[in-house]
Amino acid sequence: MSKKRIVHYINQFFAGIGGEEKADVEPEKRDGIVGPGMAFNAQLKDVAEIVGTVICGDSYFSEHEADASDAVLEMIKSYDPDIVIVGPSFNAGRYGVAAGAVAKLVDENLHIPVVGGMYPENPGFELYKQHGYFVEVGNSAATMRKAIPAMSDVVKQIIDGKDKITGYMPKGLRVNVFKKERGSKRAVEMLLDKINGKEYDTEYPMPTFDRVDPAPAVKDITKARIALVSSGGPVPKGNPDHIESSSASKYGKYSLKDIDDLTPENSQTAHGGYDPVYANEDLDRVLPVDVIKEMLANGEIGSLHDYWYATVGNGTSVANAKKFGTEIAKQLKEDGVDAVILTST
Amino acid sequence: MVKAIEATGLPIVHMCTIVPISKTVGANRIVPTVAIPYPLGNPELDPKDEKELRRKLVRKALKALETPVTEQTVF
Repeated sequence: MSKKRIVHYINQFFAGIGGEEKADVEPEKRDGIVGPGMAFNAQLKDVAEIVGTVICGDSYFSEHEADASDAVLEMIKSYDPDIVIVGPSFNAGRYGVAAGAVAKLVDENLHIPVVGGMYPENPGFELYKQHGYFVEVGNSAATMRKAIPAMSDVVKQIIDGKDKITGYMPKGLRVNVFKKERGSKRAVEMLLDKINGKEYDTEYPMPTFDRVDPAPAVKDITKARIALVSSGGPVPKGNPDHIESSSASKYGKYSLKDIDDLTPENSQTAHGGYDPVYANEDLDRVLPVDVIKEMLANGEIGSLHDYWYATVGNGTSVANAKKFGTEIAKQLKEDGVDAVILTST
Repeated sequence: MVKAIEATGLPIVHMCTIVPISKTVGANRIVPTVAIPYPLGNPELDPKDEKELRRKLVRKALKALETPVTEQTVF
């Protein structure tokens, strides 16, 4: 059996081009392996080989999705692959979304299997899970050594033509199957097993919807008390609370009373993962203090909560974000705030 | 964070650049912004025009807060 042809999609970081400062590089392709491809080839050496690697900057992909999609798809196609591997993209949000979008492109246009690796909370997984076999991996590249064998195992199962592929996170797709017993009988048997504490396999796991109903609109914004919150890391100069540049464990609360404009002298961003130059030059680009103060002065809003709240959204766990939100909301309610503007980078 | 705040009944508008992420996370009022490193600005504009751009985006956000919605809405 000849070796299967694999194309590998990675971002600028794993290609060794550079970090955030290079996140706007356009798509390119290179023959053979780049970066983590070497470890995949070692795992798959008897059955498959990475024939080409396609690279795109994460910011470029998200800001020019149509152009990037066309280019990346053409590059992948040029290698005539049997399987495409994307990532692993761990808990990197933009990389995950780009890798997921590539999976969708390949699935819908080339109709070949895609294998990826993401941390379950990566938004790219939720968006694109039905388009590939996404293996659960850790939340940072430190877990690369575990991710590669797990993803390679799924690739091998696909090549072997296994009926039931295991080791990936559910795609959320329903599959039609024929069973010998009718549904009512299977349901009763499942219920009996459940009552008797025996193991059973559900045929339709319930999805977990985590949604919040929209809160009622503000009746008259010119009478409303507004608060500013941000996950883009806007903090006073010097980052007095030492909010982490990624995986934040806390948020800060800072007075707006004496500030009408954010400047390089009074403020900065604590956020890692994006180029901070523009935010540090003028932090109003992240938290619109200058215009909101102006709107307060000319009566476009009723009043302004005296503080802004800031954390860093980069790789921050859902559990922490939820906790911050709940604590912030409590303080806002106590102060009679009517509505909130939350900015993200 | 957006959801945890909205769960208390406070209307909240999410101003962000990657709208699909905001939708996945579950924001109900979304205002798309300029770019990841400068959501509410644009360093290529002169300061006056940049501030006007920011003013427009914030006005849009205030409008969103005044608009009743029943499902996720991008303004």
